[in-house]
Amino acid sequence: MIPELGHFALIVALLLALTQSILPLVGARRGNLTLMSVARPAAQGQFVFVALAFACLAWSFLTNDFTVENVARNSFSQLPEVYRFTATWGSHEGSMLMWVMILGFWTTAVSVFSRHLPDDMVARVIGIMGLISVGFLAFLLTTSNPFERLVPAPMDGRDMNPLLQDWGMIIHPPMLYMGYVGFAVAFAFAIAALLSGKLDAAWARWSRPWTTVAWAFLTLGIVLGAWWAYRELGWGGWWFWDPTENASFMPWLAGTALIHSLAVTEKRGAFKAWTVLLALIAFSLSLLGTFLVRSGVLSSVHAFATDPARGSFILGFLAVVIGGSLILYAWRAPRMITGGAFTWFSREALLLANNVILLAAMGSVLLGTLYPLFMDAMGMGKISVGPPYFNAVFVPVMAPVLFLVGVGPLARWKEASLPDLFARLKWALAVAVVTGLLLPFTLDGFNPWATLGFALAAWILLTVLVGFRERMQHGTRLTQLPRAFWGMQLAHLGLAWGIAGITVVANYQLERNVRMNVGDYTELAGYTFTFQGATEYNGPNYRAAKGTVEVTRDGRKIATLHPEKRIYNASGMPMTEAAIHPSFFRDLYVALGEPLDDQARTWAVRVFYKPFIDWLWIGALFLVVGGFLAASDRRYRIALKKLAIPAGAASQGA
Amino acid sequence: MKRWLPVIVFFVLVGFFAKGLFLNPREVPSPFIGKPAPAFTLPLVGNEAQTFSPADMKGKVWILNVWAPWCVSCRQEHPVLMALAQSGAVPIVGLNWKDKDREAAQLLAQHGSPYVAVPDDLSGKVGIDYGVTGTPESYVIDKEGIVRMKHIGPIDPDVWKNKIEPKLKELGA
Amino acid sequence: MRHLIFAILLTLGMPALAGEAAPNAEDPVIEQRMIKLSENLRCLVCQNESLAGSHAELAEDLRREIRAQMKAGKSDREVLDYLTARYGDYVLYQPPFKPVTYLLWLGPLLFLLIGGGVWYAALKKRRALKETPLDEKQLAAAEQLLNDK
Repeated sequence: MIPELGHFALIVALLLALTQSILPLVGARRGNLTLMSVARPAAQGQFVFVALAFACLAWSFLTNDFTVENVARNSFSQLPEVYRFTATWGSHEGSMLMWVMILGFWTTAVSVFSRHLPDDMVARVIGIMGLISVGFLAFLLTTSNPFERLVPAPMDGRDMNPLLQDWGMIIHPPMLYMGYVGFAVAFAFAIAALLSGKLDAAWARWSRPWTTVAWAFLTLGIVLGAWWAYRELGWGGWWFWDPTENASFMPWLAGTALIHSLAVTEKRGAFKAWTVLLALIAFSLSLLGTFLVRSGVLSSVHAFATDPARGSFILGFLAVVIGGSLILYAWRAPRMITGGAFTWFSREALLLANNVILLAAMGSVLLGTLYPLFMDAMGMGKISVGPPYFNAVFVPVMAPVLFLVGVGPLARWKEASLPDLFARLKWALAVAVVTGLLLPFTLDGFNPWATLGFALAAWILLTVLVGFRERMQHGTRLTQLPRAFWGMQLAHLGLAWGIAGITVVANYQLERNVRMNVGDYTELAGYTFTFQGATEYNGPNYRAAKGTVEVTRDGRKIATLHPEKRIYNASGMPMTEAAIHPSFFRDLYVALGEPLDDQARTWAVRVFYKPFIDWLWIGALFLVVGGFLAASDRRYRIALKKLAIPAGAASQGA
Repeated sequence: MKRWLPVIVFFVLVGFFAKGLFLNPREVPSPFIGKPAPAFTLPLVGNEAQTFSPADMKGKVWILNVWAPWCVSCRQEHPVLMALAQSGAVPIVGLNWKDKDREAAQLLAQHGSPYVAVPDDLSGKVGIDYGVTGTPESYVIDKEGIVRMKHIGPIDPDVWKNKIEPKLKELGA
Repeated sequence: MRHLIFAILLTLGMPALAGEAAPNAEDPVIEQRMIKLSENLRCLVCQNESLAGSHAELAEDLRREIRAQMKAGKSDREVLDYLTARYGDYVLYQPPFKPVTYLLWLGPLLFLLIGGGVWYAALKKRRALKETPLDEKQLAAAEQLLNDK
């Protein structure tokens, strides 16, 4: 009964989405207020029904309803309750449903926080988002129905992939989708501007906070994924340049360019065409990511069960949405008035350089990800493009951007002189270069990559401080500085912090792979790891061997770690649960390998010393907080109060 | 003009994606096509005194079918191979790959053997030499001992009719 | 003499004591080399994992084979050639630099150069732009806006 209710709710949602898109868009074209006013209630109604469908699916999982095929495929009666809930979005169908629900959430948010916007703009934005909802709801209902029944129902499910039975599963996908899908708002604003022919600084002011918040969520989602991989996959690696990871990173790169471009359009009315194109590209990359992961076109650890039929539907959808939007851009872009003049090293020029390089980086990731497909499709053989390529290519391309992070915020708008900038920054530059050169020598000797990383991190940190000092020169106190400024500084600081962490852990981590019997010990980076054997126990849905490793340093006890080796009951899949002892300056990471004798008294144990890895997570957190802070700046909150800007005056201007 | 560039690039990509939907990104193509079949000498299953070597098949067009008793798809393929063997269309040699539990002899006795010889590759070394990544995989080898085709996955009637049989005719089976 | 007795006693006492764990690998130097090499190789039966980390049986077989080759004195290049002769370039995570992959390796540089060109062209245009002065109507509207609080 409940699954059928869910299915029905989706159908109602589709009808509401059709209403939400067609009527307001026609209304905006004709200036018909009645039609336009359908947008808000239709959007809100659609969201309610999608959420209802989601609740029905979650209910089926929580109550172990194995007559629903999705539940039978992805869950298990012994699965702990929290994972039975997260299994709702653990499959292609379920995660697609979550995608649509989150789109509904964003649309509802736009419908609520848009009282200050002109009616035709609201109608268009909600209408466009409605069209996207229509596409995905149709996709769900025709090729990926999460409520398919399985007759006869199996006694039990096939269990959730053990890799997903983790904390990370609870928060990573929702946050990631909040980001991905959130770019639909910027996309819709861009299309609305192209359709109406009106694009100005006010438009940038309206769309900027939405975009920044989506970007912050995407950053959070990606970092959570990396953190999850660190704890669950491989040997403490956190980024593999896997096609799915790239699929989320590319919109992030475009999104970063977008938020910076919006800054220029808002402040100076320049870069309009650029900003609109970036908004289209960012969301297009989100959609592309959705396609790549679900179509079977690329091979990835992350790929959902693949099906050419589904792939074809999404590809068709992509062609219509992205193709259509890019054609609209090509047609309407020339009408947008270009903004004011600016000179070589002005902030505009530097931000333009920033965006150009970010796009080059994004292009490189796209090239590497798709190249195997290009070659295979043209019958030129099969190759693999993996981490060695991406690392070799991405770091050199991004380095200039990181350098610009230091200069951009300090350059004046419209006109800046290079000698002036140099004078203000020469000390920061000198200290950064010296730090970069000397630091590796105090550690391990000459290391060009470490030098680059340290220099850039120090450079960004120092320029952030210079930025504060200059802003507070005339007596302004820290608390009086606007949130947008704080947001920017914190985000850039987070970047520096993260780069410092990555530089250290990538260049200076240590490991040992040893055979340990009870009482054996090994030493690494001054820590002594003593193995006290392994005992067996039964978990809720697995059998495990739980090892005990005592960690001491200079005789002082640091921690007792319990790495585990699990075999999951339903699938028979083995999993290694590493034990991590985190701390500000280093993580100690211990994993059990295989038992080396029949009584399982001697084990292969891998021990890692990962210096400064937590700086990565901290830096990323600052990025996210900075984003949210910037989006909550006074000028956006004031706009939310019912200050009706005269519609005519607002759309004129530079 | 440059504002049309994004659309053009996009639709070129779409073309590739459309093609890509019908390719399998995980299928490992064989670098042996057109090269001599790697040499080996292995004892036969159930009769260690005798050996098999690809040189034994010189002068004939033949199929090297890599299989294993624990492989489910190979069971599906088995009846097709039996029919082929009975028709005498082409001799099939069955490379027994990584049969740790030593089940091959009994299995073939029970269900019949479509093979003219069953070399025993216990360690999997010969498999590595042929670039085998799973079972079943089949190689079509010509009269001079050159590999002419590799098929990954079970041979079913369609594969036989559309892929393998034409190739055999081409090679003068 | 004392030292000899001490040494004998130590050796006899050894098995009973837990001690420093021995490296898991037979030959840690070869092992390090093998892991470094296989981190950049694809596990052919997995969805997208490296040969170093994969638990698949074929991966273990191949790692064993690589160790054996390295012990026999083969260089890294020779081991890679051995694998690509059997599995093609697909097994390499670092694509080779050949005509068919020129675009792949040079692409990023190309993007940067094109980007640089775009930046330069855009800036030249900007510098030439003059600010368009507001007209009467716009000035009046601006007045009105500034006066409405």
